[in-house]
Amino acid sequence: MDLEAVIGLEVHAQLNTKTKIFCGCPTGFGSESNTQVCPVCTGMPGVLPVLNKEVLQKTILAGHALDCKIANYSVFDRKNYFYPDLPKAYQISQFDKPICIGGTVSIVADGNPRDIKLTRIHMEEDAGKNIHSSDISNPVSYVDYNRTGVPLMEIVSEPDMHSGEEAFQYLMNLRKILRYINVSDCNMEEGSFRCDVNISLRPRGESKLGEKVEVKNMNSFKAVKAAIEHEIKRQTIMIEDKERIKQETRLWNPDKSTTESMRSKEEAHDYRYFPDPDLAPISVTDEQIEAMRAELPELPIQKLIRFKDEYALSDLDAETLCSSRSLADYFEQVVSTGIDAKKAANWIANELLSFVENIEQMQNFKVTHEMMTELLQLIDSSVISGKIAKTVLGRMVETGNSPKKIVEDEGLTQVTDTGAIEAMVDEVLKANPEIVDEIKNGKDKAKGFLVGQVMKAAKGKANPQMVNKILAKKLS
Amino acid sequence: MITSKTVVQLADLLTKKEISAVEIANAYIDRINTHDKKINAYITFNPEKLLIEASQSDKRRATGSELSQYDGIPVAIKDNICTKGMKTSCGSRILGDYTPPYDATVIAKLKEKGMTILGKLNMDEFAMGSTTETSCYGPVKNPHNLNHVPGGSSGGSAAAVAAHLAPAALGSDTGGSIRQPASFCGVTGMKPTYGRVSRFGLVAFASSLDQIGPLARTIDDATLLTSIISGKDTKDSTSVAPDNAIPETITCRDLKTVRIGVPEEYFEGVSDDTKHALSKKINELDAAGAQIVPISLKMTEFAVPTYYLIATAEASSNLARYDGVKYGARSKVAQNLDELYKLSRSEGFGQEVKRRIILGTYSLSSGYYDAYYLKALKARTCIINDFKKAFESVDIIAAPVVPSTAFRLGENLSNPLEMYMSDILTISANLAAIPSISIPIAKDAKGLPIGMQLMGPHFDEKSVFEIGKTIEKDITPLIADFM
Amino acid sequence: MSIDISTVERTAELSKLYLSEDEKKEFAGQLSDILEYVEKINTLDTSGVQPTDHIIPNVNVFREDEVGQSLTHDELKLNAPEFDRGHFVVPKIIE
Repeated sequence: MDLEAVIGLEVHAQLNTKTKIFCGCPTGFGSESNTQVCPVCTGMPGVLPVLNKEVLQKTILAGHALDCKIANYSVFDRKNYFYPDLPKAYQISQFDKPICIGGTVSIVADGNPRDIKLTRIHMEEDAGKNIHSSDISNPVSYVDYNRTGVPLMEIVSEPDMHSGEEAFQYLMNLRKILRYINVSDCNMEEGSFRCDVNISLRPRGESKLGEKVEVKNMNSFKAVKAAIEHEIKRQTIMIEDKERIKQETRLWNPDKSTTESMRSKEEAHDYRYFPDPDLAPISVTDEQIEAMRAELPELPIQKLIRFKDEYALSDLDAETLCSSRSLADYFEQVVSTGIDAKKAANWIANELLSFVENIEQMQNFKVTHEMMTELLQLIDSSVISGKIAKTVLGRMVETGNSPKKIVEDEGLTQVTDTGAIEAMVDEVLKANPEIVDEIKNGKDKAKGFLVGQVMKAAKGKANPQMVNKILAKKLS
Repeated sequence: MITSKTVVQLADLLTKKEISAVEIANAYIDRINTHDKKINAYITFNPEKLLIEASQSDKRRATGSELSQYDGIPVAIKDNICTKGMKTSCGSRILGDYTPPYDATVIAKLKEKGMTILGKLNMDEFAMGSTTETSCYGPVKNPHNLNHVPGGSSGGSAAAVAAHLAPAALGSDTGGSIRQPASFCGVTGMKPTYGRVSRFGLVAFASSLDQIGPLARTIDDATLLTSIISGKDTKDSTSVAPDNAIPETITCRDLKTVRIGVPEEYFEGVSDDTKHALSKKINELDAAGAQIVPISLKMTEFAVPTYYLIATAEASSNLARYDGVKYGARSKVAQNLDELYKLSRSEGFGQEVKRRIILGTYSLSSGYYDAYYLKALKARTCIINDFKKAFESVDIIAAPVVPSTAFRLGENLSNPLEMYMSDILTISANLAAIPSISIPIAKDAKGLPIGMQLMGPHFDEKSVFEIGKTIEKDITPLIADFM
Repeated sequence: MSIDISTVERTAELSKLYLSEDEKKEFAGQLSDILEYVEKINTLDTSGVQPTDHIIPNVNVFREDEVGQSLTHDELKLNAPEFDRGHFVVPKIIE
């Protein structure tokens, strides 16, 4: 049977605000347990939530970046259920009046461009963290509320993808956009970007969806892709064996690369959503929505087109430079000083990047754009050769010193003194009369050997163009 | 006697230095120690702390750095309003010895004026009840007759003020919980417009209905306290900064300019004594030049169903946090997480609270939401519109507060529905979010107080107080003589 | 609308309340009475009426993204039934 997978993704992206969604507790990752908590986020009796303005603004910005319709009227609801990591026993979320509706993420997967449709984006608070004791004699769980109330955007796609690769590309592009517009760090290890998968199979051409399986617990994009591919295989075999697929939640096991059924009994959930009477509704006019759209920075795809157009960059260089906003900004800062764009692109994309650990944080990189500019200017003004420049760049990364200082301290300045080069050329000609004869007899290639000898004598610091020129003159 | 003075009188005496804050504190300490055994108004009372704060107040006044003219005047607080470092129980076992790490906004506002916390007052568990009999700390007695209830849920607040165990108190009103006990105990109780007073630090029962207000011996004191505790609060998204702030003092309104609406629906099923007292008072107002306008509030019959659907739905969610995990009582016999939840909650909550949680959970649950909760939200709109329309032709609405005077202890506990129906005259003001006051006007044949309710338009507390003061002028204060 | 015992049980499960058999019976009876009375609301015509899901006309109430005061472990411990090394403790959660 020809089967088609239908995949929808639910992404939880943490908004990179300073404080939580409804209280002033900080959101930093990795603090000591229960130190970023207050009466509001621990659900003490009598407390009330007040919405962090940044949360709304960043979510609307994300909505614009993903081409959503921003709702004129939006409300928060309570989702009621008991769990130790949920101190109020309800999560403040959005149910039937979310802030963003629809939207798309454009991808290219297996060579095919596609627009993946979104259902909605809504704001909600995160839950805390339960840590389970591994001590059998003390069967307890420990609860940490530092994460409780951290602001999240839930980005829900339509069941609009059909392969692991499409899901992978969707996540890559979504993350790139959210990072570009600076609304989320999208760091899976720190839990600021999480993804659950809904997947079902159906005979190709069929419009009705098959029985849906939810897969959780993937800690990387590759794991999402692998889990989907595994699940497609598993469900295909089941369908071929005429087994019924059960609607359930499965967990990805990264060690075994399989999905496993959650064994605990699936309680009949009844979340009893209702509008939270403690929070005022959100009301924005079309004018306000448009004004916020104007704040949207250039998006990855727009920047890519512009870089190719404005700087005449190769596809590869442009894509590399646009892979993060921070890197693209770095490049443009260098170019803005008058450095040739192609040269800058080549140096940044091919030489500098091999030293960079985090392309999202170029502003914190040891080699600042000012230092990079200085290095390229040293090449342009023939103070050093390109070859020496590579050495200098290595030293810059090691020491954090400016290229000028490195060149001076280590005596790497290129020799451009005609007299000095002439003297070296004369020495080399004198020492190699047979080569000179060969050249005079038409064996032009041997010239390269003489250039090499001069450079060697100059310890690599002679200006190669000048060496060529002087040598040619003396040999003519 | 110091304990028979009003807040305004105490402020005057303090300003003239004829009395000290320590003397006031000592007078109340003596009186509470002697008499509260009979009334059971206080859950928490800490004389040492009170005396320290009183002497600090006296020091401030001695150096001319008093925080206001009310510096050193004690106010007693219903035990569902959070007080930093002082136990806040909501009259429930489930909160155990819960001690808030923060002050409610109203408490912070009292403290800004130098006012002290006299103690924490008994109440129906989580403010659910009309008699103060659902408290886990035992029932409060009505100072006018110890065999009767003080009303509820702010029964401790009303009884303390009536018995002169506090100069004034703060209560909370979700469906009449300030006004009904004020009426039963012969004191003045004000429920301000929803949004006028911050709810931050008020332990939530029904978030869209709850409002803090004062119980006092006079309109002047009630006005003063409402003025002090009101105002927009950045910690409460539902608090409002209206143009018309409430002044600390008011004068009587000339009744010749006042149109008083009298809704016929509010006299159905009302006892003869109460009806008679109201009619007599309305006739006096008529004689004094007020224009009496018979009106109809046709939505009144839907108020009780609407109220109980909304209030219990919100309560079922608000009270879910009491689960034995973060604070309060935890069952000692639970073997696993599910038992921890169920046993802690079942041991910690009383019957009335459980009943309302179940009702509210049911009305929100899948399949019933539209028929019950959503329907009630629409009915609420109709009730709001009913009042809006009425206030187009009248300035204020006068009505009874409760269909009868104070019940006998134990009389109503067995039939919850009957108890709910006795709230019919007070809950509409909560549903419509309008200000409403209860003023004592008479006593019935048994000597139990009867109150009159004045309801005003949104944020027009000033009219309610001014007209109320004119009415109050003619009555002798109904001081309880329980001793 | 009358509520039977199984509905009371299901609702009690959602509310995390343990009820004795007597309580279930009592609640089923009382809640049936209450709901029967509450049914009256369905005689009110609310077609075209907007639900009052927010009682205050306030919209767009925000706080600035500024860090406030957090609680200390001692403050949390004071009210916690069980608190160990910076954590609230519960019986082991079986996932």
